[in-house]
Amino acid sequence: MISGAEIMVKCLQNEGVTMAFGYPGAVICPFYDELLKTEIRHILVRSEQNAAHAASGYARTSGKPGVCIATSGPGATNLITGLAGAYMDSIPMIAITGQVNSELLGRDVFQEADITGACESFTKHSYLVKRTEDLPRVFKEAFHIATTGRPGPVLIDVPVDVQEKQIEEFVYPEEASILGYKPKTKGHEMQIKKALEVISKAKRPVICCGGGVVLAGAREEMIRFATKSGIPMVSTMMGIGVVPMDSDIYLGMIGSHGKPYANKAMNNADVIILCGARVGDRAVSSPDILEARATIIHIDIDPAEIGKNMRADVPIVGDIQGVLQSLGDQCERVDCDNWRVTVSEWKKSYVSTGVPREDFVEPRSFITDLSGMMEEEAILCADVGQNQIWAARNFNVKEGRFLTSGGMGVMGYALPAAIGAKLAKPHRQVVAVCGDGSFQMQMCELATACQHGVVVKLIIMENGKLGMVREVQDKKFGGRQTAVDLSGDPDFVKLVEAYGIKALRAHNNAEARVLAKEMLDCEGSCVLVCNVDPKTPTL
Amino acid sequence: MKYTLSVSVENQPGVLSKVSGLFSRRGFNIDSLAVGETEDPAISCITIVVDGDEHIVEQVEKQLNKVIQVIKVRNLTEHGNFLSCELALIKVSCNHKQRTEIMQIAGAMRAKVVDVATNSITLQIAADSERIEALTNLLRPYGIKESICTGTIAMERGVIKAKK
Repeated sequence: MISGAEIMVKCLQNEGVTMAFGYPGAVICPFYDELLKTEIRHILVRSEQNAAHAASGYARTSGKPGVCIATSGPGATNLITGLAGAYMDSIPMIAITGQVNSELLGRDVFQEADITGACESFTKHSYLVKRTEDLPRVFKEAFHIATTGRPGPVLIDVPVDVQEKQIEEFVYPEEASILGYKPKTKGHEMQIKKALEVISKAKRPVICCGGGVVLAGAREEMIRFATKSGIPMVSTMMGIGVVPMDSDIYLGMIGSHGKPYANKAMNNADVIILCGARVGDRAVSSPDILEARATIIHIDIDPAEIGKNMRADVPIVGDIQGVLQSLGDQCERVDCDNWRVTVSEWKKSYVSTGVPREDFVEPRSFITDLSGMMEEEAILCADVGQNQIWAARNFNVKEGRFLTSGGMGVMGYALPAAIGAKLAKPHRQVVAVCGDGSFQMQMCELATACQHGVVVKLIIMENGKLGMVREVQDKKFGGRQTAVDLSGDPDFVKLVEAYGIKALRAHNNAEARVLAKEMLDCEGSCVLVCNVDPKTPTL
Repeated sequence: MKYTLSVSVENQPGVLSKVSGLFSRRGFNIDSLAVGETEDPAISCITIVVDGDEHIVEQVEKQLNKVIQVIKVRNLTEHGNFLSCELALIKVSCNHKQRTEIMQIAGAMRAKVVDVATNSITLQIAADSERIEALTNLLRPYGIKESICTGTIAMERGVIKAKK
């Protein structure tokens, strides 16, 4: 005989899960009791939301689905923001929640929440398991759904009695067979031919690299296609890191917080090749203008993304890796030398914003310095707000990764994501950047890092304000700053030290450079607090 | 323009809420929605009438296809030849003198009399929305006490092969 809880753990083992992030509660105890008997490492976070963020950081770095666990009711509802973030950024994730006894469902018993209902629009799929016998099939399907097609989070809600019930035997299905789920992965040959035809005639082509390229692990194919065709490349925020910032084939990040010359290239293009980019409003504010000016080739594994926000002239549904491989194989160098020269001149003539200061740490200049100090394969986790844009625009990702909460823009993402990333790749340098606002949404996770011996380096850009909102209020609300002042904050250095973590404070750029080196060189975790002028603009 | 979609789904709890939730979440306008079992008890069919342009209905189809339990989405309007009908119950006030008149209207409109009471008569009609509306208009002068209509159900027509 075998219990539902034991089956759940065996399912995880069958899927090759070696790490899970979670926070227990009464109705998930049977599962936790079985988890204890396995080699699966459990990372106890300090709030459920961060279990999902850490699982996201882990998934994005390891290439395996992240697993997060919570109990019923508030445990489960606390997960939602993390799941919503993972859904928007298409992160493969399995969320397991405990649920009250199945016979009591619907009676509003203690810590009951309809989590599958609540998460309907934030998960790729969800299950409320009513029978222990269904667990193996559900887990098999859940992992299949989370990791194939366009990845995303899948929720499995398991009532406590389903975990406790004993059944005869455990058989894990060989494969998942879901009638209505057959993601198309191979791009249509004819469409690829059409795209090549359009590309060959282009005079001002641009490749727009999105997060899909990163998710598909299609970095090499992307570089090969861009290099061989000689088409200038821009990226969305989620597409950062596919090529280094200083690469000849790369212009920069587009969007409302992007580089002006990258946007200019998009706006002047006659052919735009969207690669795994969903034309989000922050990346492309007026799709209608681009539609009118350019022929759009849109490659995405999710057919619903094609034509959703922008018309596509040549839609290609399929895995970007295979499509880019075909495009790279068959394309010729596009005859558009004038255009190449023009855009590279735009890039060259751009003057970076932010010069080193003596009274404050100028964040844009500091990130550039930091970028130069970090290892080739380093992972940078940026939070949300001004710090995110400072990092996205000025950090040069070489062989590493840039992780941020792009679609949902969840404050408090950086530190738990960094913990997950570091656990996935312990030998890589992992640095998180956040503001003093977002730090206070995640500082509890310093304890998680301490408890599990995870070495993370965290930079806090302290400006005493919610900087990005302050900027909106200054620009659009006549400078009437409301609810953006963070006075009352503790001394972050002292606070971090209370965790037994080394903490440093920089007052100007010269000092910040020295301390950043000290932070990167020291053996354990370290937090560097930078005093930033609250008036510093985002761009 | 109105589009009729026939959506086959796995007959599981929660599917209808996923499908209807999708409509409200994505801001699509739904005219009617009807759900029922098919010849295969494991599969249900949801017939949805959507109001929108070509672009909107394309998004509706794509988003529906993303729902894991959705097996197939057929745009019947786009494919042309299909049957559709609604079922309506209409309770009309009438005295004994008007009763015959109403029964004649029912006969002409191919509606059935399903209930006769002292001061009312109830008709049942299964037809497309135009004929139901026509009947309603004919009955209105007598005073409609209550009327109720199901959503549209629809199906592709079979193929007739001409004999040579």
